[in-house]
Amino acid sequence: MAASNLTTRSQRRLTWHQLGMRLLQYIFLIAVSLIILGPILTAVLGGLKTTGELYSEPFGLPATPRWENYISILQSKTFWRQLGNSAIIVIGTVSLTVTTSALLAFVFSRLVFPGREVIFNFFTLGLLFPVTIAFLPVFIQIRQLGLVDNHLGIILPLVAFGIPGSTLILRGFFRAIPSELEDSAYIDGCGTIGFFWYVLLPLARPSLGAVVVLQTIVAWNEYFLPLLVLTNDSKWPLTLGIMQFQGQYGTDWGRVMAFVSLLIVPAVLFYIFTQRYIVTGLTGGELKG
Amino acid sequence: MGGRTAQRRFRFIPREPTNAAQRPHTRGEQLLTIGLFILPGAVIYTVFLIMPIIQAGHYSLYDWNGLGPLVEFIGFGNYTRAFEHNIFQNAVVNSLIITALSLMIQLPLAIVLALMAGRKLPGRFLFRSIFFMPYIFSEIITAIIWSFVYNPGGGLLNTVLATIIPDYTPIGWLANRDVALLAIFFVITWKYFGLHMILYMAGLQSINSEIEEAARIDGASEFGVLRYITLPLLGPTIRLTIYLSVLGSLNQFVLIWILTTGGPANATQVMASYMYRFGIKSFNLGYGSAIAVIIFGISLLFSLGYQRAIMNRDYAGSV
Repeated sequence: MAASNLTTRSQRRLTWHQLGMRLLQYIFLIAVSLIILGPILTAVLGGLKTTGELYSEPFGLPATPRWENYISILQSKTFWRQLGNSAIIVIGTVSLTVTTSALLAFVFSRLVFPGREVIFNFFTLGLLFPVTIAFLPVFIQIRQLGLVDNHLGIILPLVAFGIPGSTLILRGFFRAIPSELEDSAYIDGCGTIGFFWYVLLPLARPSLGAVVVLQTIVAWNEYFLPLLVLTNDSKWPLTLGIMQFQGQYGTDWGRVMAFVSLLIVPAVLFYIFTQRYIVTGLTGGELKG
Repeated sequence: MGGRTAQRRFRFIPREPTNAAQRPHTRGEQLLTIGLFILPGAVIYTVFLIMPIIQAGHYSLYDWNGLGPLVEFIGFGNYTRAFEHNIFQNAVVNSLIITALSLMIQLPLAIVLALMAGRKLPGRFLFRSIFFMPYIFSEIITAIIWSFVYNPGGGLLNTVLATIIPDYTPIGWLANRDVALLAIFFVITWKYFGLHMILYMAGLQSINSEIEEAARIDGASEFGVLRYITLPLLGPTIRLTIYLSVLGSLNQFVLIWILTTGGPANATQVMASYMYRFGIKSFNLGYGSAIAVIIFGISLLFSLGYQRAIMNRDYAGSV
C-alpha cells in the first residue's frame, strides 16, 4: 500500500516536471518557427503592399491590397517565357539525371564484374566538387564545346554534377531489394534488362521519386551556370529573371516581393507534397540507419 | 519514409553472390550490358565534370584571359600570386570562420531541435516541415528576402528591433564591416540547419529507445541518458553531418555573392566569391582556375583525411 502510494506520487512529480519541460520545448520550437516563417510571411504579404507599408508595418495586412503588383508580372510576356525556360532546364536535367543514374546504380548494385568498386568510386569523386564551386572550369568547357546560349549548356553540367549523389542514393535502395527476387526473375526467363525494367524499377519507385524531386529543386534553383552560359536574355530562366527584375525595381519592394511570392508559393506547395520523397532521399540512401 | 523501412526490413537478409552460370546468357552479353548501362552516364560525367576539373589544373599554369590561345606559361605563378594576395588570405580566413561557426552553432542547434522535435512530441511533423522548408528555396529568393530583412532603412530586422529597444539606431547589417559576416552566417544557418536536423532525426529514429529506457530504470538522469547513451549512439550521424557541414561551408558562395558581392571592402569575401570576382569578372581565367584548384585541393585533402581518420569505422560494417 505504502509502496504504491510512493510510486504514484513520484510519478506525478515527474509528470509536473515533464509538463514544464514540454512547455519550454514548445516555447523554444515556436520561437525558432517564427524566425523561419517571419521573413517568408513578410515577403508573401509584402507582395500586396507599397514599399512604405512594408517598412512601417511589415507583418500587418495591407490597407488596400495592391493586386496590380501581381497582375503586372503575370501579364508580362517575359515572366511566362522565363517560366518556360526554367521548365525546359528542369525537365531536361531531371529526365537525363534519373535515366543515367538509374542505369549506373543498377550496374553498381546488382551486377558483379571486376573493377566495379573502382569505377563506382570514380563516379562518387564528383561529390567533392559541387557545381557552385566548379562553375569556372565548367564554363570554360561549355564555351569550348560551343554550347553558349544553349540550354544544353546548363542541363548537361547539371546532369554531370547530379550523377554522383543520385547514383549513390539509388544504389543504396537497389541493393536493398532482396536477391531472391532477382533469382526468381532469372528463373522465370527474365534477362538482366528485363529484371531491371520490370522488377527493380517498379520496386524502387520511392527512391526514383526522391531523385526526381531533389534534382528538380537543384535545376529550378540554379543561378550561376545560366548567368555565365546564357548571354541572350530570351533564354533566361526565372532565377535570372528575378535578379533582373530586382535590378529594375529595386526600390519598389512591393513589386519585388510579389515576384518573390510567385516563386515561393508554388515552391512551398511542391515541398508539402514531395516532402516525403525529399526526406527519403536525403536520409535513406547511405545513412546508416 | 516508406523506402527507409523497406530498406531496413531487407537489410539483414544476406546477399548471396549472384551466380553467373545460373543466368541465361553468356559472359560477353553480360559485359555488353554493363558497358551500355554505364556509357551514357560516363560520357556526360566525364565531359562535364571530370574534364573541366583536370583542365582547370592545366589552365592554372598559364596567364590566360580566356579568349586567346594558351601561350604564357607561368608555372606556379598564379598560385604564389594567390597566396600572397591579402584579399585571398582574407577570403580563406572568412571561409574558415564560416566553417567554424557552422560546426559550433549550426550543428548543435540542429541536434537540440532534432532532440526536441525528435521522437514523441505531438506536432513534431509540423515543426520538422517548417524547419526544413528554407532548404528548398533558391539562394536567389533567400538572398532577396534577407536583403529586405537587413535593409538599413525600414528593413524587417530594424523595424522589429526599433519596437523592442527604445532609442534604437538602425544598423546597415550588410554594409557594416563588423557585422556583415555574422549577418550572412545567420542566413546560412536559417537556410541549411534543417538539412542537418533531418539527418539527426533519422539517426535518432534508428536508436532503439529500449536502451535509453533501461538506463532510466537503472536510475540515470535525463542528462546522463543524453550524454552517455543518445549522443554516442548518434555518433555516426554526427560525424556525417560534420563532414557535410565542412564541405558545404567551404563551398558557400551564391548567397554571399547576391547579398554583398563580397563587400563591404572584401569583409565577406570567401574563396569562391574571390574566384568569381578576380577570375571571371576580371577576365583572368588562368588565375581563376588556380583558385578553383586550390579550393578543390582543400576539399579533397579534408575529405580524404576525414574519411580515413574518422568515418571509415562507421561504414566498415554497413557495406
